[in-house]
Amino acid sequence: MLRVARLLAAKDLRIEARSRIVTNQVLPFAAIVMVMFAFALNSDAVVSRVAPGLVWLATLFSLLVLVQRAFAIESADGATDALRAAGVDPAGIFLGKAMALAVQLAVLEIVLLLSAVVLYRAQLRLSGVVLLVTTLVAATCGLALVGTLYGGLAAGVRGRETLLPLLLLPVVAPVLIGATRATEAALGTGGAAVADGWPWVGLLAVFVALFGVGGTLAFGPLIEE
Amino acid sequence: MDHVVHLSNAVAVLGQFPVLAGANLTVDRGEIVLLQGPNGAGKTSLLRLCAGLLPLARGEATVLGCDLRTNRESVRSRVGMLGHANGLYADLTVAENVRFWGATVRASRSEVTAALTRMGLAQRLGDVVVSRLSAGQKRRTALACLIARRAELWLLDEPHAGLDAAGRDELDATLREATSAGATIVVASHELERAGALATRVVEVVGGQIRELSSGPESSRPESTGPESTGPESGEAN
Amino acid sequence: MATPKTQITDSPAEYSDTKRAPLGRVRSTGTPFTRTIGIATIVSMATLAVFGLVLSPADVRQGDSVRILYIHVGTVWIAYVAFTVTAVSSAAYLWKRTRSLTWDRFAGASAEIGVLFMALTLFAGSLWGRLSWGKFWVWDARVTSTAFMFITYIGYLAVRGLGGSHQQRAKRSAVVALLAVLQIPLVHFSVKLWRGLHQDSSVADRTHVTLQGLMLFSLFVSLIAFSLLYLWLLIHRQRVLAMQDALDDKGLDYALQQRRDEGDL
Repeated sequence: MLRVARLLAAKDLRIEARSRIVTNQVLPFAAIVMVMFAFALNSDAVVSRVAPGLVWLATLFSLLVLVQRAFAIESADGATDALRAAGVDPAGIFLGKAMALAVQLAVLEIVLLLSAVVLYRAQLRLSGVVLLVTTLVAATCGLALVGTLYGGLAAGVRGRETLLPLLLLPVVAPVLIGATRATEAALGTGGAAVADGWPWVGLLAVFVALFGVGGTLAFGPLIEE
Repeated sequence: MDHVVHLSNAVAVLGQFPVLAGANLTVDRGEIVLLQGPNGAGKTSLLRLCAGLLPLARGEATVLGCDLRTNRESVRSRVGMLGHANGLYADLTVAENVRFWGATVRASRSEVTAALTRMGLAQRLGDVVVSRLSAGQKRRTALACLIARRAELWLLDEPHAGLDAAGRDELDATLREATSAGATIVVASHELERAGALATRVVEVVGGQIRELSSGPESSRPESTGPESTGPESGEAN
Repeated sequence: MATPKTQITDSPAEYSDTKRAPLGRVRSTGTPFTRTIGIATIVSMATLAVFGLVLSPADVRQGDSVRILYIHVGTVWIAYVAFTVTAVSSAAYLWKRTRSLTWDRFAGASAEIGVLFMALTLFAGSLWGRLSWGKFWVWDARVTSTAFMFITYIGYLAVRGLGGSHQQRAKRSAVVALLAVLQIPLVHFSVKLWRGLHQDSSVADRTHVTLQGLMLFSLFVSLIAFSLLYLWLLIHRQRVLAMQDALDDKGLDYALQQRRDEGDL
């Protein structure tokens, strides 16, 4: 299972390295979303207060795009069928694709966080670094797992573009809440203390554990025809 | 009871449409069976059923000793399927694609290289990204992926499509080698002259059912002539 | 029950008879049992109307708006029961020893009812909120996670509608239903934690509606009436779905014969 997962993840990342879809299309998309938020909110004070939330909101929108892309790779030339025909362990496919998605998400989040520093004057602080990194890791894993799970379900069906957001966004609500609060604590947004952030990381960890196990079990039946 | 494929009154459904409407077919080890028949007759579905990709709705089906009613996952790793789609990743090179598909079934490095060489992809083309290949070259790559999989049962859907003369010769030689090494092949093709020369047996798929035609090539007949009865086949099934 | 079920017919002559039979015969989803429940539902709903609107007094503080609760509590009760039934039926379908499409149909029927009554709950709840607090919506944990549940099961119903064979539909939607069971407590807990920083967690804690005497009794009548309604709807809907599936199977027999005839041209 882990061998298959590594194989799939390496394949997906190599495809991304070649095609540069994430770098050339998804990152600019996420950046323009960040700028648009500032237009909508129209106040420096408000924007810097809600900066962590906007970072994670932009991440969620980008997640939808990334998941669509991750499964478009497979369905473009019937590779999904070929994977099933090759008897590849679905749990391995799930973990492999989630790993590749997590790497792409992590890059995206770091860029978004830096753009929040530049655009919204969010402040990074040394005391919050450990919390920030832990939050990034936990939230990334959570998003990658559920993204892959529901992406796989939606991949093979009609109306996949509209079904995916309907299924995925309600599920990732805990990640949005948890990651935003933890990031606020790490950055000290609105006077939050670093210690306030750790319970939220705990929530993210529970999310990762539940959907890690649940997703590994559920992915096979979901992609099976 | 050592048939590689044994279908008895097999029904398979896509949505609510019965793509296979009670197919009877027996294939023994080492055979090359050619499926012919009009578009939409159920050839592709028959191959997908044998590959364990399409669930069996009614009837019985056994492939390589696995009962497809209960155990269609376990047959997959032993069967090699080449469908209409090539299953290639457009952004990877030819060699990377073959290596990836080989790795899914734990093929060794030398087996991958041998597969590439067999389809004439080892030299210049190996490092070319698949999206830059012609349709025929993509087909060759897909065949190389299939060869690397060392399947016991090969299921080929229009394998000659898009291949040039040299490619077809290489394909035919590969298939003969595979059968002499103990593999069994079921191939759907409209190219009756080429595939018919290769086949040890020809069957016709019509209306989701199978009609036994004859041994050896039997081309230039667009419509069936024989009576409807699937006499020997259906008798054998029961 | 004694009527012959779907038969696979092979000869065309035999087939033309079976084609007409199941479609021409009008079958009802009603049985003496469901009719009894139906009558009991009507009676208890009428009782609820009498108690809720006439006999029970207006609340000291909230006035007549408290009467909305007799609907609101009943609908939210149905919605929760319905989603629980969906989850349990889905698990029963996935468990190999109890695998049956009947479970799948119960899961689907129950989710449909649940979504309908969740919509009514949100509607009646926001009306009540407007009257009691002057706001249609509060960012309360229970309210918010209820809205999430509503959307989640709309997604579940969308997955059910994806098509494919009955088994495919059943397996896919059962897995999605169980994933929803993972998701709902997580959403609820995270929203609760989120609101917990700002205010009390629950509507009930804050508004202090103390129901006594006839008001409490009306609430129980409401629970009984809505439970009966749920049961009645569930059984009928399950039977309708079963008939739809049977019709599909019949259609398959017909399509199978047509498909075979292709070869005889």
